[in-house]
Amino acid sequence: MINLDFYTIFWREMLEIRKKLWRFIASGLVMPALYLITFGWGLGRGMRVGGGTYLEFVLPGIIALSAMNNSFSGVAVSLNISKLYSKTIEELLVSPISPYSIALGKVFAGCVRGLFSSMLLLLLGLILNVQIHITAMFFAILILTTFIFASFGVIAAMVTKSHEDMTNFNSFFILPMSFLSGTFFSPSGLPEPFSSLIMVYPLTHASLSLRAISQGQPVSAVSLLILCLYALAFFYLAVRAIKNLEI
Amino acid sequence: MIQLNELTKRFADIVAVDRVSLEVKASEVFGLLGPNGAGKTTTIRVLTTLCKPTSGTAFVGGHNVLSEPIAVKNLIGIAPQAINLESDLTVRENLEFHGRLHRMTRADRDKRIKELIEFIGLVEKQNSPVEHLSGGMKRRLLIARALMHRPKVLFLDEPTVGLDPQVRRKTWEMIRELKTKGITIFLTTHYIEEAENLCDRVGIMRKGRIIALGSPMALKKNIGETIIECREDNGYGYKFFKTRDEAIRYAEGIDCDVIIRESNLEDVFIKLTGERISD
Ligand SMILES: Nc1ncnc2c1ncn2[C@@H]1O[C@H](COP(=O)(O)OP(=O)(O)OP(=O)(O)O)[C@@H](O)[C@H]1O
Ligand SMILES: [Mg+2]
Repeated sequence: MINLDFYTIFWREMLEIRKKLWRFIASGLVMPALYLITFGWGLGRGMRVGGGTYLEFVLPGIIALSAMNNSFSGVAVSLNISKLYSKTIEELLVSPISPYSIALGKVFAGCVRGLFSSMLLLLLGLILNVQIHITAMFFAILILTTFIFASFGVIAAMVTKSHEDMTNFNSFFILPMSFLSGTFFSPSGLPEPFSSLIMVYPLTHASLSLRAISQGQPVSAVSLLILCLYALAFFYLAVRAIKNLEI
Repeated sequence: MIQLNELTKRFADIVAVDRVSLEVKASEVFGLLGPNGAGKTTTIRVLTTLCKPTSGTAFVGGHNVLSEPIAVKNLIGIAPQAINLESDLTVRENLEFHGRLHRMTRADRDKRIKELIEFIGLVEKQNSPVEHLSGGMKRRLLIARALMHRPKVLFLDEPTVGLDPQVRRKTWEMIRELKTKGITIFLTTHYIEEAENLCDRVGIMRKGRIIALGSPMALKKNIGETIIECREDNGYGYKFFKTRDEAIRYAEGIDCDVIIRESNLEDVFIKLTGERISD
C-alpha cells in the first residue's frame, strides 16, 4: 500500500496558504520584483550578455533564486516557529505519522511555495516580453530546486536552537548562495578558487541549467546529476533530523 | 496500563525525573501532584515518546515507549501544558487535522467532531479561528483534540491551570465523565483540590522523586486525619492526629489559638518536606 500520510501534513499547509492567499502572493512577488527592477532595468539596461539582453540573461537566475528562497523560508520559518514557540510540532511528533511522512508533506508544501513564486516571475517575464525558451525540463529543474531547498529548510529548522541561529543560517548559507550562484552573472568569469567553490552550491547548477534551457541549449548532465544527488541527500538528512529531534 | 520502572531523565546538569517507579491501572485516574519543576511534565513527555528516558523503562498498554513508539502513540491522547493548537485554523479544522493525523475516515471524523464540540460546549465557536478563543475554551479544545481519535490512555498536563473556579469545575466533570467511559487518565497538577477531587490515586512528586504514592484517603490517613494549626510567633505550627478526639484533647491542654481541621494533601506534602506545594 502506498503511504499517503504525507498528504495530511501537505493538506494542513495548503489550508494555511488558502487562508492567507493574498498575503502569500504579495510576499512571493516583492523580492523577485525588486531584483528584476534593480538588475534587469536599473543595472542592466542596455547591457548585452551573450547575444541577448541582460534581462533575458538574468531572469532564469532570478527564477532559481526565488524558487530557492520561497521553498527554503516557507518551510524553515514556519517549522522553526512550530518547534520553538507554538510547539505545534509536538502534535505531529506524538501522532503515529512517521518522520518520513512529516518531512515529505512539509517539503512538498515548500515546493508549492517555491514553484508558485517562480511561476509568478515567469508570468512577469512573459508580460515584459522577455525572450526565453521554456521546456518541460525547465519545470523539472525548478521542481528539483524547490525540493532541495525545502528539504534544506527542514534541516535548518530542526538543527537551529533559536531564532538567532536561524538568522545565522540565513546569512552563512542562503545569502552567499543567493549572490554567488551565477544568478546575476556568469560564474565562469570568477577567479579561482571561487569559480570552483561556487560549483559546489546547488543553486549554481539550478541557475546554470535554467539559463541553458532558456537560451535553447542542452542541460549539462553533470548539473542534473548533482541536483538529483543534493535532493536525495538533503531529503534523507531532513528525515533524520526530524527523527532525532528532542525538544 | 502505564508502568514506570526506575525511570530517570537527566538534562545536562539536572535530574528532572529520578528513579520513578509506579503503575496505573486501566480506567484509573492517576495524578502527579507537585510544585513547579518537580518533573511532572518531563514524566509525561517520556511516557508520550517526546523525550527519551536516560535510564529505566516506561510502558504504556504493555508497549515500551522507547522501542515501540508507534504502538504507544496509537493508544494515547495528550493535552500538553503549553497550549499547542494551530491558532490560524478554526476549532473544527484543528480537530479535523488531528483526525487526519490519526488516519480517521472522513465520516468518522465528522461524527467525532460533532460529538466533541458538543462535549466541550463550543458549538457556536466551531468555525472561529482558535486565536479568537478564551484561555478556558482553548484548554477545553486541547482536551477534545486529545480525545479525537478515541485514545485508551489520556495524558492531561495541568488541565485546569489558569482557569476560573467555575470553568475548572466544569473541566473536572468532563474528566469524571471520561473515566466512566473506561479511559485511563494520567494527569498532573499543582492544585491540591484537583488531586483530591479527581484522582483515584496520587503520586506526590518533588525534585524528580515520588515521595508518596496512594489514594488521597490513604495518604491523609498516613499522616493523621486531623490537624491542629497553632499560631506561633513565626507563622503556623502543625500537629497531626489520628482522630478528631485526640486532637481536641490535645488542643484543650495547650495555650494558644488553634484551628482544628481535616488534613489534606498539602499537609501530606508539608509533613514530608517541611515545605508548601504552592507559593
Ligand atoms: N528540555 C529541557 N532541558 C533542560 N532542562 C529541562 C528541560 N525540560 C525540563 N527541564 C528541567 O527539568 C525539571 C523538571 O521540569 P518539568 O517541566 O518536568 O517540571 P514540572 O513538574 O512539570 O513543573 P511545572 O509545574 O512548572 O510545569 C526542571 O528543573 C526543568 O528546568
Ligand atoms: Mg509541567
